[in-house]
Amino acid sequence: MAGLELLSDQGYRVDGRRAGELRKIQARMGVFAQADGSAYIEQGNTKALAVVYGPHEIRGSRARALPDRALVNCQYSSATFSTGERKRRPHGDRKSCEMGLQLRQTFEAAILTQLHPRSQIDIYVQADGGTYAACVNAATLAVLDAGIPMRDFVCACSAGFVDGTALADLSHVEEAAGGPQLALALLPASGQIALLEMDARLHEDHLERVLEAAAQAARDVHTLLDRVVRQHVREASILLGD
Amino acid sequence: MASVTLSEAEKVYIVHGVQEDLRVDGRGREDYRCVEVETDVVSNTSGSARVKLGHTDILVGVKAEMGTPKLEKPNEGYLEFFVDCSASATPEFEGRGGDDLGTEIANTLYRIFNNKSSVDLKTLCISPREHCWVLYVDVLLLECGGNLFDAISIAVKAALFNTRIPRVRVLEDEEGSKDIELSDDPYDCIRLSVENVPCIVTLCKIGYRHVVDATLQEEACSLASLLVSVTSKGVVTCMRKVGKGSLDPESIFEMMETGKRVGKVLHASLQSVVHKEESLGPKRQKVGFLG
Repeated sequence: MAGLELLSDQGYRVDGRRAGELRKIQARMGVFAQADGSAYIEQGNTKALAVVYGPHEIRGSRARALPDRALVNCQYSSATFSTGERKRRPHGDRKSCEMGLQLRQTFEAAILTQLHPRSQIDIYVQADGGTYAACVNAATLAVLDAGIPMRDFVCACSAGFVDGTALADLSHVEEAAGGPQLALALLPASGQIALLEMDARLHEDHLERVLEAAAQAARDVHTLLDRVVRQHVREASILLGD
Repeated sequence: MASVTLSEAEKVYIVHGVQEDLRVDGRGREDYRCVEVETDVVSNTSGSARVKLGHTDILVGVKAEMGTPKLEKPNEGYLEFFVDCSASATPEFEGRGGDDLGTEIANTLYRIFNNKSSVDLKTLCISPREHCWVLYVDVLLLECGGNLFDAISIAVKAALFNTRIPRVRVLEDEEGSKDIELSDDPYDCIRLSVENVPCIVTLCKIGYRHVVDATLQEEACSLASLLVSVTSKGVVTCMRKVGKGSLDPESIFEMMETGKRVGKVLHASLQSVVHKEESLGPKRQKVGFLG
């Protein structure tokens, strides 16, 4: 993109970060009292809110019930005022449906669905100009807040590639520049990948580096989320008087 | 509305309590729950507000865009309302489930703003018949804890107060073609006067008495409610009865009087809160959902 250097000669990005640095993350669990679990996360300027209901009985057709596992149902919607130009439909369009399916795939890999047969777990994410990573991180915290057993945290991060360097945690400007983007959802303890998605062209020789940058960033996100959960549990146990 | 199932004993308990002017959480019949209002929470809007009324959580964003004035009102801009009932409020709102409630609330908002005095639409006009500001007011319902209409109207009023519309100038060329120029200073903007913006007060009839600001459980015990839209001076702009039950005329007059009384107090406190928040200036700590 003419006139906009995504990576300067000294190694600084547009917002002053280094190649492997994450944006500032602030998170809070238990935002809504009426839902089974809820969480809010701010990753730089991206804000995502996730709410979990379940496990509860299957709503709608009983025929969808799985005899040995729980059904994970996800919906993604973004507020109409969130993007630069006003969006007419908050959900139901292709991008929101695709995001919902990706979230579902990710969480089916992580939640121990065998423990709750014939039930349904609903995950609703409300995001601000959605990136997949913020949604997954918020949904992980919300599922933990609801007390639904999971194999491991699911931590997600995006990565890109500019001038021979892999960049971790892309901001909106960097995404809009049109280079290759990789979205990765990782289960940190085992190092297993729950979802991997890449847009635009990238030479396969560089894939290793970009994947490693995304994985490292996801592990950093895990450290942060772990701290948030421990803080929340500490506060909750103080209130309970333990 | 999101519903909650109550047993007969619980309903009787609530109804008897209301008779004695003592509700389940200790409030009187005309008391509101604790309301938290915060403006300017969403960064890329012209104005925004978040209201938390008990378990009800509403986020409103106002975006000002340029459009053409309506044919019958060439000197005025206009407001467009859109209400999105998010699935996070209750699983029933998933997919298109929340559309009915959303349309009902949006139509009510259109009605209460449908008079000349609520918002001065002439300030939104840029050049007659050609350009005007259209304010898209988007309401996002995040959590449903009873008394939606009141919370939404408070949030809309706070968001409109917070709205900053950039000042534009119309330059005319020699050929007569008009050019719109945005002012260079990003802080040079016009503010809307929200003196006469009404707020809705919902009065639910429970037993023989009525209550203000019902929770979900109290709404489940009430068969009929009256929505009264009141301005800060106590002028009623719109009135609507909702619910399956019927009301007799005397109780309607009583409820309207209560609505006017409570509405004036509500407006006074809202004004003081948003003015105090604004006086803290741009350096104030924004809490949002992290608080």
